[in-house]
Amino acid sequence: MLPIGHYLFLSAALFIIGVIGVITRRNVIVILMSIELILNAVNINLVAFSRLYGDVAGQVFALFIIADAAAEAAVGLGIIIAFFRNRETVLADEMDLLKW
Amino acid sequence: MQAVIQATMDFLKLYWAPLLCGLVIVAVLPLVVGYIVLVERKLMADMQARLGPMRVGPHGLLQPIADAVKLLIKEDIIPDNADKLVFWLAPVLSVGAALLSIAGLAIGPAFQIAKDINIGILFVVGVSAMGIFGIVLGGWASNSHYSLMGSLRSSAQLVSYETAAGMALVSGLLLTGTLNIKAIVEAQYNEGIWFVMLAPVAFFIYLVASIAETNRAPFDLPEAESELVAGYMTEFSGFRWSLYFLAEYTNMIVVSSVATTLFLGGWLRPFAGVRFFNFLDYVPSLLMMIVGVYCFVRVPKQPVMVQKIFMVSVGYLCLAVALVLFVPVAAPILKPSLREAVAPFYAGIHGAFWFIFKVSAYIYFFMWLRFTIPRYRFDQLMRLGWQFLIPLSIVNVLVVGVALIVGEYFHLHGWAMLLVTTPAAIIALVVALMILAAGQESQAGKENAAASDFYAG
Amino acid sequence: MLDKILFYIFAGLAIASAALMVTRRNAVHSAIFLVTALLATAGIFLQLRAEFLFIVQIILYVGGIMVLFIFVIMLVNLDVALQQIQFARQKWVALIVALALSAQLGLMLWSSDKIPGQGIPVLAAPPASELPANSEAVARSLFGTYLLAFEIASVLLLVAMIGAVVMAKKEK
Repeated sequence: MLPIGHYLFLSAALFIIGVIGVITRRNVIVILMSIELILNAVNINLVAFSRLYGDVAGQVFALFIIADAAAEAAVGLGIIIAFFRNRETVLADEMDLLKW
Repeated sequence: MQAVIQATMDFLKLYWAPLLCGLVIVAVLPLVVGYIVLVERKLMADMQARLGPMRVGPHGLLQPIADAVKLLIKEDIIPDNADKLVFWLAPVLSVGAALLSIAGLAIGPAFQIAKDINIGILFVVGVSAMGIFGIVLGGWASNSHYSLMGSLRSSAQLVSYETAAGMALVSGLLLTGTLNIKAIVEAQYNEGIWFVMLAPVAFFIYLVASIAETNRAPFDLPEAESELVAGYMTEFSGFRWSLYFLAEYTNMIVVSSVATTLFLGGWLRPFAGVRFFNFLDYVPSLLMMIVGVYCFVRVPKQPVMVQKIFMVSVGYLCLAVALVLFVPVAAPILKPSLREAVAPFYAGIHGAFWFIFKVSAYIYFFMWLRFTIPRYRFDQLMRLGWQFLIPLSIVNVLVVGVALIVGEYFHLHGWAMLLVTTPAAIIALVVALMILAAGQESQAGKENAAASDFYAG
Repeated sequence: MLDKILFYIFAGLAIASAALMVTRRNAVHSAIFLVTALLATAGIFLQLRAEFLFIVQIILYVGGIMVLFIFVIMLVNLDVALQQIQFARQKWVALIVALALSAQLGLMLWSSDKIPGQGIPVLAAPPASELPANSEAVARSLFGTYLLAFEIASVLLLVAMIGAVVMAKKEK
């Protein structure tokens, strides 16, 4: 295993790229994909520490995060499909029904 | 930089054998797949009372080579607005996933490329599941409505039956307690019984799900010619189509190998540890000898000299294989001191023979089904997957788990486990029949409602 | 040494794919690059000797979630969307905020052993040959210590399934 700093740096880099994707893109599906990237960055962090301390709890937590990401992707995409059926758009700017 | 080169040399020195095996498999597998296609065409012909390919080579044995040459020299057409990157990538993904999953399989106790991985059978199943991408992206990249619909249907089918196949594997894995492929086969050796007899419902579910997983009849709506032309493969021509084809037949081999490993005893002889059945050790060489002798008997009936020579050489090849199979069994009898030296050869070669024999039997069953049963309509297919197979597989896991706990309590092993698992299988079967009956009633109810609506108007 | 080379290959692949993913105009291309990023992450898991998580990542994330994403992208793919502006109006402010965040994280990681009292106590990781069999260890932990979390996760998935089905059903 490499020194832990390498894995933390990788995880931070992926996290930043995911955050940029979430706050910069207009397409809602790309925003959801960037959220998945953020979750993966967190997973790398967890698994790296699990390996460092020899405790498998980190990997179990990462497993739960993957299950949670699946649930969230399913519901999020369901919402997108429902919205698309009504408004024919997937751009976040144009989803402004609740705006005054 | 020096350290990188040193590390690469160390890696090669350590792993040259598996890498070589991998290269050989990637080189040889297209040929093997070609001959499986020839076997399918000959079987189809036999079941339809005709002869099949007979022209190219003696009895059509060179047909796969002619087909391969034809596919390679065909023009490579890319549709107009197709996305070039994805169009190139899709068949590559399919073939890559299929070939990579072969790395996890163990053909004999010594023939495994990715040796002794902890997650053995899950690796094979998971990596072959990545082939779905090749189908989805292929349909989308073709920029054609029919391809897109075919690919969406095909991938929906694959995803649905993957769950059922996974749960069926889980009920088989409950009997072993480990995912390691060698450990699974050794567990069947230690128990002395193949897991197909301990978990028959799981084997049946895996059989049906694996037919759907590989897009074979009767679940081949996405690639049936009378339906969406060729589904997601429509716009791919020549070499790209042959890649998809290779991926499909490689998936067939992988899925058969997984079923063989988990349910049919892998590379074990029937009654592997029992001394009484040691005469079964002579069966492989006897079979090959019979095939060789048959080749020699047919030589005078060949019309042309080239075909006569070909038959003679095939006959000699079969006899050579029979000899290779015979030596490890006969040598310990003639000279008992050779027993230790010959044991790994016996295990390896005979293990490989039995494994290939069982995989071939499974694939023969696939082909037999293709020529016998009509195709399922897509909604019938999805209903079968979601409303019949998945509930049945979940109930099967529960029931096999309970059976195992009861078996542990009474310290049952080997054939005695049948005492607990047979009632479990019967309960699962009853549940299956109940689900089917409930399905029939709701179908009949719908039909009644439809009929009464018609007359009401 | 082999560990190091593998890490750099997978890390480079992950970061490159992620960067490409957030900048593509075509959503399907973004999805393909996310698949590559997820596969590279799975490679990092394997390099960290987390074999079970490696295969779960491939089966669930790549083989499940990404297939779902690609389905939905194909269902909502508009040719019109390709011609429109891809980045939101707040992109420069967003970029500055993200750079500030990355500067913070970078500073924290770089100074972790230079400021006394800060940072992570870096222990020596146990050598790979002393690790227990990964699947068994994860299973023991999952069905032993964390059984309640496991059951709650199953209820969560059930709720998500019902929610997704209700959400995507067509009004009759």
